[in-house]
Amino acid sequence: MTGFQTLFYKEWLRFWKVSVQTVLAPVLTALLYLLVFGHALSGRVEVFPGVDYTSFLIPGLAMMSVLQNSFANGSSSLMQSKMTGNIVFVLLPPLSHREFFAAYLLAAVARGVVVGSGVLLATLWFVDLPVANPLWVLLFGIASSAVMGALGIVAGIQSDKIDQLAAFTNFIILPLTFLSGVFYSIRSLSPFWQAVSHFNPVFYMIDGFRYGFFGVADTSPWLSLTIVGGSFAALSWLNLTLLRSGYKLRT
Amino acid sequence: MTHAIEIIDVTKRYGDLQALAGVSLSVEPGEFFGLLGPNGAGKTTLISILAGLSRASSGIARIMGHDVTDGYRGARGALGVVPQELVFDPFFTVRETLTFQSGYFGLRDNDAWIDEVLENLDLTAKADTNMRALSGGMKRRVLVAQALVHKPPVIVLDEPTAGVDVELRQALWRFIRRLNRDGHTIVLTTHYLEEAEALCGRIAMLKQGRVVALDRTENLLRLHSGCQVVLRLDGVLPGVLEAKVAERREDGSFKLSLPDHASIEGVLAALRESRVAVLEMEILQPDLEEVFVQIMQRS
Repeated sequence: MTGFQTLFYKEWLRFWKVSVQTVLAPVLTALLYLLVFGHALSGRVEVFPGVDYTSFLIPGLAMMSVLQNSFANGSSSLMQSKMTGNIVFVLLPPLSHREFFAAYLLAAVARGVVVGSGVLLATLWFVDLPVANPLWVLLFGIASSAVMGALGIVAGIQSDKIDQLAAFTNFIILPLTFLSGVFYSIRSLSPFWQAVSHFNPVFYMIDGFRYGFFGVADTSPWLSLTIVGGSFAALSWLNLTLLRSGYKLRT
Repeated sequence: MTHAIEIIDVTKRYGDLQALAGVSLSVEPGEFFGLLGPNGAGKTTLISILAGLSRASSGIARIMGHDVTDGYRGARGALGVVPQELVFDPFFTVRETLTFQSGYFGLRDNDAWIDEVLENLDLTAKADTNMRALSGGMKRRVLVAQALVHKPPVIVLDEPTAGVDVELRQALWRFIRRLNRDGHTIVLTTHYLEEAEALCGRIAMLKQGRVVALDRTENLLRLHSGCQVVLRLDGVLPGVLEAKVAERREDGSFKLSLPDHASIEGVLAALRESRVAVLEMEILQPDLEEVFVQIMQRS
């Protein structure tokens, strides 16, 4: 147990020591999105009945920050450790593949939750956001960051070079998050793009999270939770299989 | 008795490259053991297999009786490895680095031992310094400290003195010798053969993934090095001795290479027969470097 706790604490400190870059910067980015899109579209677009656009936007922005930072934490930590060679320090001790995965995952969730909370706290200055179902907010916040944290660990294991990880981020994570309904309700899309959106797991994360605030969503929160839970189970299985085999970590 | 390290017919293949081609050896508890060989001989691959960083293609490797795969927790807990590469985590201080390493091995409240290791490696003043701010030699000391935080019974040092100054080298060997006296098994790989000769009780030499020599250091020196004699003469070297000349020196002396000490009498007899007097004679003690070169050439 101590090995897991230590690795988690080390990973926590790793991002916390550079929190200006890992926490403050993404909060600021989310605020800039809010200012630009909120200013441009508030009062012109009503997405859910009785919910103004700025309020609608905030949970999406918070969740986008959670997802991107959870992904970045595990992926960048593993990638840097592999590149600098200091990954050896966690491969030499008697840590099991489960402890290894759990520690990196928990640290990724922690960073996602800290950044997401930061975004929500910062936006309290602008909008009085309702919270219809706080448990759903918490559940989707943690479960979704766990999915992206697990995906980040896979990307970190798989990538041998910075540009491989950048490609993962730019060509998979960014399109999935931007096209998931952060800035719009998928009801505003044509039937074809609505159908396409339902194949994007990030859509369910943001929709379920938003349900927690407004009590309304584009799809059933139970369906969203099932898909998020299924994604997490699949990615956890993939991670544990890769780590047990030593893929790209042990030759 | 349980071997500190037991390696039975271990092979390792990377694609077409046969890095290890059936290595078998054992190291006993309390030994100071040398693992020598030219670059690419398989030393680091063998260490990586023991440490669990690499998996053997076939064969068995055990640390203190624990299989490195099936019993990896016991094996890794019993092993401390100083890696060859100068690696560090730039986010943390020296003390944080060592505290984390202790925790990975399941140790809480390890500060007393960490302080002792820092003291012995002359790192106390740098305990709260970020790893990035340390010199190369200091980083090397931290690597040694990291390998020792969990007091492993078996310590493997892979080229620990590569690129470090004399002062650190001496301090490091004093500390490692003390650990060895305290019962720790030490396995050393180094290109500084004089270090291996001075420190190691037994030595294995690897070439192209095979053990080509394995014996006590004094036996290797005795059996493989032959004998070298430096002669300064008051005449011309007799023709019958020309084939034994290993070196002609600027001062007019010759270094002769002989198969053993008994051959010296034959050299002296040839000189007497040619009526050439010996002005100076020096019998050189064999060293491990010569032994190493001979064994590598023969294998």
